[in-house]
Amino acid sequence: MSLIKREQAPLLRRGFRLQWEPRQDCHVLLYPEGMIKLNASAGQILSLVDGQRSVAAIIAQLTSSFPGVPGIDEDVLAFLEVAHAQFWIE
Amino acid sequence: MRNSGLSEAPPGPPLWLLAELTYRCPLQCPYCSNPLDFARHGEELSTAEWIRVFRQARDMGAAQLGFSGGEPLVRQDLAELIKAARDMGYYTNLITSGIGLTEQKVRDFKVAGLDHIQISFQAADEAVNNMLAGSRKAFAQKLAMARAVKAEGYPMVLNFVTHRHNIDRIEQIIELCLELEADFVELATCQFYGWAELNRVGLLPTRDQLERAEAVTQAYRQRLEAQGHPCKLIFVTPDYYEERPKTCMNGWANLFLDITPDGTALPCHSARQLPVAFPNVREHSIEHIWNDSFGFNRFRGDAWMKEPCRSCDEKHKDLGGCRCQAFMLTGDAANADPVCSKSAHHGVILKAREEAEAPGPGMEALTLRNEKASRLIYRG
Repeated sequence: MSLIKREQAPLLRRGFRLQWEPRQDCHVLLYPEGMIKLNASAGQILSLVDGQRSVAAIIAQLTSSFPGVPGIDEDVLAFLEVAHAQFWIE
Repeated sequence: MRNSGLSEAPPGPPLWLLAELTYRCPLQCPYCSNPLDFARHGEELSTAEWIRVFRQARDMGAAQLGFSGGEPLVRQDLAELIKAARDMGYYTNLITSGIGLTEQKVRDFKVAGLDHIQISFQAADEAVNNMLAGSRKAFAQKLAMARAVKAEGYPMVLNFVTHRHNIDRIEQIIELCLELEADFVELATCQFYGWAELNRVGLLPTRDQLERAEAVTQAYRQRLEAQGHPCKLIFVTPDYYEERPKTCMNGWANLFLDITPDGTALPCHSARQLPVAFPNVREHSIEHIWNDSFGFNRFRGDAWMKEPCRSCDEKHKDLGGCRCQAFMLTGDAANADPVCSKSAHHGVILKAREEAEAPGPGMEALTLRNEKASRLIYRG
């Protein structure tokens, strides 16, 4: 399994859609006949995945949005690893 | 312990809305999940009625919408329905046999906002496929449409209902799906409802057939994983070979809401056969139907359970199994699903397994699902 690289700009897999669902009070990832409820941090990370921003830029943006929160770097990389392994992102 | 009845928390949202737009279908699959008496059901909902249903369910929290049937392509207003649903924020799924689809429609639906297309196949070789489908041209059309779906950039699910006449060709089925670049493959062993229950003896595979097919699928999964291939193989086993029942529909009226062509609302595709009154969207709002109607509350919680479920320490795991199967095989929908080895009626399952070991009737003996057969069965 290849590790996520900081200069890569991930993109949601074709046919997958991130959406805020008020009735569930969370972001969900929608795909053919399925739906994954995301926790707050996963929702925030995936909201920044657009095929333009690099992993480094995603980390930088979250770090400036949540100053003083430790470990954002590792959290983003760990989550994107999972998302990549699950084929949610390309 | 979880209590039941009035003290229960209100149900969660109906996240999955299935719109069975019509029972009309050009194919005649002998395992169709539509009710046997589909030919005598009432008038289909209008475009405006469907859109009202989508709005109400979306407001309740529904996020996935499946257009199904019958063959949903028969509805001339399909593109309009897709657009309305997508504009509301649904993830829209078209569940089709591919018969009646054209490259133009594949493009038009994309413009309307359709998110995904699932195409069902009857078999991986032309002769068997066409015999089961009751159509001579079905297979070639399906291949062409699967290619058109991918060319247009949709994610694609291919669905194969497997049974004793095609399950031994599982390698061929998987190879075809990979060649067509399916994103997900559903290898769904026939479940015995509707027309499949009528044809059960002619469809249920033997245990050996099933175990071999599972092993082949598992080997393909490992190969795909090693290649980093994104295609996902989903294998659905028939519960006739289990000792504990499935947690049917994730619980009665728990997250799934089915609207039939005439507007009857059901907690699953086959619940219509139960001796339970179900509400109709022409008379009630989705909110009333989901939260307050008798039919949708009938088997929520556990107060309805009888023995052996009532005192069973696994009752909150499988929720007593499938109500429809309990009704079909024991005559009482509140009984344990007879798939459970603790059920006093488990013998019917054992007998079905035994019957599957016999040579059984050929494919030509299956009753095809069509209007004539439906009217004959329900003439009385």
